Amino acid sequence: MADTATFRIWRGERGTGKFVDYKTEISSGMVVLDAVHRVQATVANDMAVRWNCKAGKCGSCSAEINGKPRLMCMTRLNQLDLTQPVTIEPMQTFPHVKDLVTDVSWNYEVKKKIAKFKPRKPDAADGSWRVQQADVDRPQEFRKCIECFLCQDVCHVLRDHHLHDEFIGPRFLIYTAQMEMNPIDTGDRVPALKEDFGIGYCNITKCCTKVCPEEIKITDNAIIPLKERVVDVFFDPLAKMFK
Amino acid sequence: MADYPIHDYDVLVIGAGGAGLRAAIEASNAGCKTAVVTKSLLGKAHTVMAEGGMAAAMGHVDDRDNWRVHFADTMRGGQYLNNCRMAELHAKEAPARVHELEEWGAIFDRTQDGRILQRNFGGHRYPRLAHVGDRTGLEMIRTLQDHGIHQGMDVFAEHTVIKLMMDGNRCVGAFAYDREKGRFITFNAKAVVLATGGVGRSFKVTSNSWEYTADGQALAYQAGAALLDMEFVQFHPTGMVWPPSVKGILVTEGVRGEGGVLRNKDGKRFMFDDIPDNYKNQTADNPEEGWRYTQGDKSARRPPELLTRDHVARCINREVKAGRGSPHGGVFLDIAWIKEKLPNAAEHIKKKLPSMYHQFKQLADLDITKEPMEVGPTTHYIMGGIQVDADTQMSGVNGLFAAGECAAGLHGANRLGGNSLSDLLVFGKRAGEYAAKFAKENGAGKISKTELEASAKEALAPFERGASGENPFTIQAELQDFMQDLVGIVRVEGEMEQALGKIAKLRERAVRAGVSGNIEYNTGWHTALDLENMLSISEIITLAGIERKESRGGHFREDYQAKSDEWAKWNLRVTKGPDGRPKIEKIPVVPLTDDLKAAIEEGK
Repeated sequence: MADTATFRIWRGERGTGKFVDYKTEISSGMVVLDAVHRVQATVANDMAVRWNCKAGKCGSCSAEINGKPRLMCMTRLNQLDLTQPVTIEPMQTFPHVKDLVTDVSWNYEVKKKIAKFKPRKPDAADGSWRVQQADVDRPQEFRKCIECFLCQDVCHVLRDHHLHDEFIGPRFLIYTAQMEMNPIDTGDRVPALKEDFGIGYCNITKCCTKVCPEEIKITDNAIIPLKERVVDVFFDPLAKMFK
Repeated sequence: MADYPIHDYDVLVIGAGGAGLRAAIEASNAGCKTAVVTKSLLGKAHTVMAEGGMAAAMGHVDDRDNWRVHFADTMRGGQYLNNCRMAELHAKEAPARVHELEEWGAIFDRTQDGRILQRNFGGHRYPRLAHVGDRTGLEMIRTLQDHGIHQGMDVFAEHTVIKLMMDGNRCVGAFAYDREKGRFITFNAKAVVLATGGVGRSFKVTSNSWEYTADGQALAYQAGAALLDMEFVQFHPTGMVWPPSVKGILVTEGVRGEGGVLRNKDGKRFMFDDIPDNYKNQTADNPEEGWRYTQGDKSARRPPELLTRDHVARCINREVKAGRGSPHGGVFLDIAWIKEKLPNAAEHIKKKLPSMYHQFKQLADLDITKEPMEVGPTTHYIMGGIQVDADTQMSGVNGLFAAGECAAGLHGANRLGGNSLSDLLVFGKRAGEYAAKFAKENGAGKISKTELEASAKEALAPFERGASGENPFTIQAELQDFMQDLVGIVRVEGEMEQALGKIAKLRERAVRAGVSGNIEYNTGWHTALDLENMLSISEIITLAGIERKESRGGHFREDYQAKSDEWAKWNLRVTKGPDGRPKIEKIPVVPLTDDLKAAIEEGK
């Protein structure tokens, strides 16, 4: 590995800005976030970047690295071609704030619209439930989500068609799925999936699944089963005949 | 004067980790208008990194467990400097707090009969940690977050509090800045809850994020509250050591709970060589018995790898210093070896420790199902913090409450793994409950405008100095370097004195810190404003460390290696003296009631 590399980082505010090249020292095992921090601590003190855990657990340092949505803390430099400058830019689907930081508040508003978890009556006198592990493996998969919003960033319904008012995006489809598939939940979010959450917009290109750092099978395990539930409830020909 | 927007609340919660969110849920449930202020986005606080689980004596895996055993384990682990009333409340209330999470949507791993599964952890006599693989903290924070947003609380994300506002000896609000927009904002509140976490950012090798800059401890201290047990910092035995860029990142104790063992470069399980007397009865004396314990054999005693964190960290340190360490200055933590014992071991490891598998695979090119990890101690937690009333969590300042890592008492000289998440829930709830009660019983206080203006002026000073001032990142890095070296895992008076000198010098430089660029999302400015909190609390940690002339729990003195019966009687309390300097005094340890004494005896 070379001793230095060039990082081409987006600098600017609220939509305006330009790429600035920073050459910095690199060392074995470094990730992109280390390089960004090194630049920040030495020559760009005011550079805006979010991070927390630096271990792929909090989902704060989402960005687009060489055009691909990724966590900066989990992108090793030895996976990148360092003979070329490494470009680092903010997520494109959300309004730009400054440098690598975007305004992701839309996501928090969307979540509030989804009906909260509603448990059935406890199974035992101490207020607890009896649930088999096999019955919660699937919702547990969705609960691994770290809310990095990379799936929202890459989803063309949001990224290219800007349907933020009509479509909740993959993150919140799996959020809905983990409640719908939780054996003790009694809520019914299927009508909302069709009418308010725009599940029909997803045409299962699986881009979200590809960028998920938690390797959640968003499309296959959450969105397609939810689409099937919507079809069962609203488009079942047999049920229609009996109506 | 400049016009800072003023927000009126009944209860203001500072911090949005487990304790802060739990407090806010309780306060808003009680009908109080509640705000939560957080330095990061919602759901990103340090709680998210907790891995192993939350300790609660539910007895789902071993029905011999109950609150008395949990209480006794907590006291033994804390070397009896704990506030016994807090340890009692914690052990009694943790099970209800865990069940409550399930009611709010958390999905824990299950036992065969469908109840919440519990796992082994250091210092806990029975399998006690409710968990979800090795991402329990994420499950907890997400559950609290998703429940909380439907409670009607207001969240101020990416806001940092720089001063608590006082009306006489009562805290009546806080002054903060919006990190994104760079604007100041005032919170008028009838009661304030601090839930700001720890101090780990003042050390170089740490599992803690940028947020852990001792804010709550410093804010409370400046407001006149007392700090307790500040000499006790926990160095977690197993952080990553290689590659350099990930040094310090946590490797969960769950690895050892699932059967992982520690070896030195000669392949020796060195933990068997050094088992403290007070744990001899409970610890396996051969590898076979240890393995059986991790697999749920109730007649077996736990392996020495599951001794308390302070002890394991020191043993690792000793192996490394004696030249028996691993190539990159740690020791080996091996979970891959269980393939000798279990069919499908690789799948089992991936299922039980998915984030560890991921973390090593991605960050260190290492497959933990095939090879041992290299690990070494990392700064993880501070047992000390704001002194609070055990039942209400109110500090010495009226209307100012504290919960979670920033508060002191529960853990004494050393915290058991798993007792932190349950601490957040039990005392977060209590802080929220009593803050709400206080808010209902007291009207709004008065905030001084002159003080607000003075705070704002001071906060803006780094911009006036501009780029010609000191680089705040450099100052922070220097502090981290010497705190690690001089006030770290092994301490000695001369080195701690040296640290005090360096802190004084850094303080002179910190007031000259300068930043350029504009005020919006300016991380240099944010870092400059963190420095005073980090420096003042580092000084207090060091002063308390010098004062306690014995070795106990997280505080190990090379010059006083033994535990002292005399020091066993005292906690150290630090307040801001009349001269503005930290004043240290010994206060007697909270005495045990007869019933609690009996619980400790039963546990021996």
